[in-house]
Amino acid sequence: MPAFNESESVRSVVSEVLEKLPGVTVLVVDDGSSDRTAEEARAGGAIVAVLPFNLGVGGAMRTGFRYAVEHGYENVVQVDADGQHDPAGVPLLLERLTTADVVLGARFAGEGEYRVRGPRQWAMKVLSVALTRMARTTLTDTTSGFRASGPRAVTLFAANYPAEYLGDTIESLVIAIRSGCVIEQVPVAMRPRAGGRPSHNPLKAAAYLGRACMALVFALTRPRVPLEPREVLA
Amino acid sequence: MSLTAYFFSVAAALVTLVVVVDLLRRRRLRERHAIWWLVAGIMALVVSLVPTVLTWAAVLVGVEVPINLVFFVSLAVLFLVCIQHSVELTALESKTRALAERVALLELEVRDDAPPADAADSPRTPE
Repeated sequence: MPAFNESESVRSVVSEVLEKLPGVTVLVVDDGSSDRTAEEARAGGAIVAVLPFNLGVGGAMRTGFRYAVEHGYENVVQVDADGQHDPAGVPLLLERLTTADVVLGARFAGEGEYRVRGPRQWAMKVLSVALTRMARTTLTDTTSGFRASGPRAVTLFAANYPAEYLGDTIESLVIAIRSGCVIEQVPVAMRPRAGGRPSHNPLKAAAYLGRACMALVFALTRPRVPLEPREVLA
Repeated sequence: MSLTAYFFSVAAALVTLVVVVDLLRRRRLRERHAIWWLVAGIMALVVSLVPTVLTWAAVLVGVEVPINLVFFVSLAVLFLVCIQHSVELTALESKTRALAERVALLELEVRDDAPPADAADSPRTPE
């Protein structure tokens, strides 16, 4: 669970996850927050890794994947610390990991009320069309931060998770697809944030569109990363 | 070209070279970063000492006004140095990132309220 200045919500989100999903370990990666995010997360019962300065979601996620690899965890589920993702959706994602390497919790696939407009919507449309074609499966919400990764994807991401802007969403998917990972999506409902506020600035959204397309183009031109073969289930 | 200008350009090239070599000698500059400056300094010195080299080179590459070749080469060198610096900066950034991630995980391990030791034995699902 990557968290940057989420002290208002992180504690309740962590407690809720632990309550609804007995047996899981919650690792919060505090991405150089200047508030009490780390303390709040610990109070909620999470293990907290504190990054000395802000690295962005990509850096936080790579830290999480490395932790998973070093401590022998097979599956990793990424959940936002602002309470947008309902932990009740996690078992749905995990269920699909038996056949897929990466499962996305998609926000527009029928469930819930989540809507976006303007350039941000176009950006998401373009990305979903492009990635749907690449992954050979319908992906409607490629920038979702609610996703589960299976053993193969965890190993891949621990070494190759991109730390650049938007790398955590688009480029990581491209890396996974090009390495031969199987991607699937599951519709999930989004909730309003428990804390913090969403960014709705049209200029920022336009910049987002441009950077998203650039990220996609560059991701496509990078060399492929080979993947270890999938174990055949007996 | 007047004699004053001749001495001025030779002196400028020499000063540049002396500064770069001195920095190298005192290990204030690594040679991989100094190579472009050395090349530029040597070219400047050669052209200052024997200005006909410039005229000859301009004819060779088809530049009508020799001084334009000087500008072009100077810009090209600065441009390449800039790119090299960007590349080095990127490399440094990614190293810093990797270190930050490493530090976060190590710090987690040395903390008193670190995770229970059995976490490694039973594979579970962190989020």
